[in-house]
Amino acid sequence: MIERIEQLRTQAEGEISRADSSEALEELRVRHLGRRAELPQMLREVAGLAVKERAAVGQAANAARQALETMIQARVAQLAGEELEASLRADRVDVTLPGAPPQTIGRLHVLTATRRELEDIFLGLGFTVMEGPEVETVHYNFDALNHSPTHPARARTDTFYVEGPPGGSDLVLRTHTSPMQVRAMEAHPPPLYVVIPGRVYRPDSDATHTPQFHQIEGLAVDEDITLADLKGTLLEFARAVFGDERDVRLRPHFFPFTEPSVEVDVSCFHCDGKGFLRDGARCYLCKGEGWLEVLGAGEVDPNVYSHVPTTERNAPGYDPEKIQGFAWGLGVERIAMLKHGIPDLRLYYENDLRFLEQF
Amino acid sequence: MRVPLPWLREYCDPDLDVGGIEERLTMTGTKVEAIHRHGVASTEHFVVGRVLEAGPHPDADRLKVCMVDVGEDDPATIVCGAPNVAGGQTVAVARPGAVMPDGTKLKHAKLRGVVSEGMILAENELEIGSGGEGIMVLDGLLPDSGPRRAGAVPRPGTSLADVLPIAMDVVELEITPNRPDCLGVYGVARELHAATGADLAQAPWSEDVGSQGPVAEASVTVECPDLCPRFTARVFENVTIGPSPTWLKARLSAAGMRTINNVVDITNYAMLLTGQPLHAFDLDRVAGARLTVRRAKEGEQVQTLDGQARTLDGEMVVIDDAEGPTSIAGLMGGARSEVEPDTTRVLLEVATWSGPNIHRSSWALGLRSEASGRFEKGLQPEQCMHAQAIATRLMIELCGADVAPGTIDVGWEAPPAQAIRLREGRVRAILGVAVSVQRQAEILRALDFATEPVKDGLEVSVPALRRDDVTREIDLIEEVARIDGLESLPATLPARRGAAGRLTHAQRVRRAAEDAMVGRGLHEIVGWSFTEPALLDRLRLPAEDAMRRVVALENPLSEGQSIMRPTLLGSLLDAARHNVSRNGPDIAIFESGTVYRASHEGPLADEHHALAVLLSGSLAPRSWRVRPGQADFFAAKALLDALLDRFHLDWSVEPTSWPFLHPGRSAAVLSGGETLGFLGELHPLVAGAWDLERTAAFAIDLGKVAALASPLLAFGAFGPFPALRQDLAVTLPVSVAAGEVLERVRATAGETLDDVSVFDVYTGAQVGEGRRSLALALSFRALDRTLTDEDIAPVRERIVAALGEIGGELRG
Repeated sequence: MIERIEQLRTQAEGEISRADSSEALEELRVRHLGRRAELPQMLREVAGLAVKERAAVGQAANAARQALETMIQARVAQLAGEELEASLRADRVDVTLPGAPPQTIGRLHVLTATRRELEDIFLGLGFTVMEGPEVETVHYNFDALNHSPTHPARARTDTFYVEGPPGGSDLVLRTHTSPMQVRAMEAHPPPLYVVIPGRVYRPDSDATHTPQFHQIEGLAVDEDITLADLKGTLLEFARAVFGDERDVRLRPHFFPFTEPSVEVDVSCFHCDGKGFLRDGARCYLCKGEGWLEVLGAGEVDPNVYSHVPTTERNAPGYDPEKIQGFAWGLGVERIAMLKHGIPDLRLYYENDLRFLEQF
Repeated sequence: MRVPLPWLREYCDPDLDVGGIEERLTMTGTKVEAIHRHGVASTEHFVVGRVLEAGPHPDADRLKVCMVDVGEDDPATIVCGAPNVAGGQTVAVARPGAVMPDGTKLKHAKLRGVVSEGMILAENELEIGSGGEGIMVLDGLLPDSGPRRAGAVPRPGTSLADVLPIAMDVVELEITPNRPDCLGVYGVARELHAATGADLAQAPWSEDVGSQGPVAEASVTVECPDLCPRFTARVFENVTIGPSPTWLKARLSAAGMRTINNVVDITNYAMLLTGQPLHAFDLDRVAGARLTVRRAKEGEQVQTLDGQARTLDGEMVVIDDAEGPTSIAGLMGGARSEVEPDTTRVLLEVATWSGPNIHRSSWALGLRSEASGRFEKGLQPEQCMHAQAIATRLMIELCGADVAPGTIDVGWEAPPAQAIRLREGRVRAILGVAVSVQRQAEILRALDFATEPVKDGLEVSVPALRRDDVTREIDLIEEVARIDGLESLPATLPARRGAAGRLTHAQRVRRAAEDAMVGRGLHEIVGWSFTEPALLDRLRLPAEDAMRRVVALENPLSEGQSIMRPTLLGSLLDAARHNVSRNGPDIAIFESGTVYRASHEGPLADEHHALAVLLSGSLAPRSWRVRPGQADFFAAKALLDALLDRFHLDWSVEPTSWPFLHPGRSAAVLSGGETLGFLGELHPLVAGAWDLERTAAFAIDLGKVAALASPLLAFGAFGPFPALRQDLAVTLPVSVAAGEVLERVRATAGETLDDVSVFDVYTGAQVGEGRRSLALALSFRALDRTLTDEDIAPVRERIVAALGEIGGELRG
């Protein structure tokens, strides 16, 4: 009987392995393991066998049945998997069609993106971001910044005046973010580390001037802030914006509210400060100078401190013999222009989507 | 300012090439903006020639065929069109191969059949002088190729560059407004001296051949000494007007001045050297031989040299002679007393004018000149005599003039030099790097300051020409730093002492709001703060509307930029129109920026930071799969949801009319008892004014949003149990707002209601006239268990009853 069991098992295994559909497997299961099939029949008849034979035949028949059941199950699973794969392979899409529904991409204006980038750099250097009024008094815009009463910048050709009561207005559109220097010092005692981003206005309009533009003022006042500290701070800024290899240099210049005053140049990132390109051509960006002028700065002129009254808010106040510091004003448009190669200032305010989409 | 380098080197000649000089000047505060090559780029092929013979051209009456000795074995044949060419002249010749200043390369050229082997040159062809006198004849003009050079008539074949200034480097300098002393060549030479250590020649005005004292031939009265601190004049007689020598013409041309005649050229030369403008009158044309300096009368008309009639105001200054105005002080002379070819007596005016006054007058009249540009920077009265000294010497040398004794000198008394203490420690404290006292003294002395060592540093005396600029210790520190210090400055960071950078809550809210819109696919625009008053009409704002309380400019660039925008809507509409016409009809943009109103209370304007969105056309590009929605009220509202819910604001809308919005599709946005802004579709007449189709927008005050948004968000507990979701369809009169329905549901449902929203709206015959069906999605949740339908049944009944009170009926 044992031989018969082995024979049945071998025969069934052959058939199962050759079956190629779940229907065929079901038919084989019924044929070999169903109620009327020979193997289960033999199992049922085991009780009638001699005790000696009973154990051996029972074990063999049971093992054969379990083996066949496992094999059928495995084969069913295998075939189901293959059938699923086949049906999935048939269910093809054109993967090159565009995604749907379309997700539109919005972007910050390059001036906002640049301003935020610069704010973040100075935040990292310990500066707080402050803002102030754009319609400003003559006092904060000029007087408190050491502009003489006859300074040409006050002229109506250089400054927008706001219509006021008859007899003249003392309100202007601020011509720089610098009026916030004195406002910030009035509001806070030293040490003071602030940057002031904002919109400023001057009556000029051509390819290199727009009547409105954006600046970021920096102001640091403490007991011992030197011109060398200004250089270090702006070196960090230059490297963050234009790359780790950049260098800065300070050139003497003149502004009414800083002394000493400097213009700050960053080594040209296009030609690596060499002034010419690899092919020997003159660098178009720095015009062969190797340096790009990026901002004006200096040590705060002592006369500016004298315009800061000491009050409860800013006590002990700003005594120029006890405190000193630096200030700078940089143009956001200029930085973005340099960084992205934008050729014309007017593009910023035209808001053509083909421009806005680029940044 | 353009400074010819050979002229500069006459006073200070460091052992540096032009690039080295550029670098030193730039790094010490006199920025070289450009280096120009004046004249020829290469001196090759330019030689001295002698005309052996000038014969007629066979085929052209105006041309002459010249045989010219150019130092070679055979003379060259050169065709020349100048009427003054003649045999025996020593001339300047360009041979084939020469490159002219305009870049033309000379070749053998056939002129009316005769081959010309070069060109005999006129002054203007070499950029020496203005030309007009035919070819240059070198015999008569030599030996003055430079004011100090002498030499014999040169031999043919001599390189032309050896005898004529045909090639000059010119540096173009940016002179900062605090340094009017550098508006002359000698002032720049002093800077170069301090910057390089090279010797500085004695000031060219240190020897004056003129004399002081009264002048018999003319008189001057100054009626407004506040605007004219000093007026000097000298009289010259037996003046011969003629062309200037070549060296003078060459220098003036290189400096960018036109050459006119010897007297005018001398005034310009003296100005370029000293920085001080001069004016030459023909004394015989000065009526009464007296001048009066006075304020102009309001509306007074003066005819200026250029033939124009100028209308003056009471703050401008004129110079009268006995017959009335002859010139506008500091700006332009009058035609009546101009130097003419027949002039023989010259009155040379050198005066100091109030800088700000000249600045104002020159802008008001639109009259700018080399002179006004210098006066407006504020010159020192001492400079008058510098210019007189230079001009006097040249008038005698070049015009054969006799200087009359004396100098008219009105209204000046030199104040004593100011003394300032410069503390050694202070220099280091400001710069962050030490400069030795010896070096400080050396720098200051090179810049014409006098120094005296004292215990803690230097006692410094300020030179006259720097008295306006240098008045304090800090100014001296700048002088030291710019010459020595800045370049060796270390890069350090401030000590900071606990200062930490951060954004304010309002700044973070602003960034988050902008990012929310960008994340929803909108592009940010940056518009003009300026707008035009007509905008207010196009927005249909009535006369009393608060938005008409605008900030207006006194001096706008144009009517279109004459007021400050009271809303962001204008710039969004402008950007939309621009893009519709260029890039198609679909617009989804926003702006985050300041808007302005005139203030009744504070000293300044009312400014607030607003964010506004504008949508027009399709909300998304066309797709092969889904039809995109169109911009309308609800599309804009969905964006407003996205924005305000970002800050967990409790807000609502209320139907409200705005003049520029569709009256049936507009609302006020409310939160915390305040109006944040508006939401709606634009009135078709407004959209049409910008050539737009259906357009929706909202604008809100981000300052108010920031004030309402909590900077601190507290955690709310939630449990592990799923929500029970049920739908409820109810018909209601159309007059009942969905917001009211939702409000009632929330009010009656109690705390198990997690969320309720409208997911369908239906009107039609099935629900009856004047009614509509709202389908509500309800979700209930408890912290401690899974809710069942039985739990919710009573809540549902309460909701149905509450909706029944406002006419609601459950739909089957």
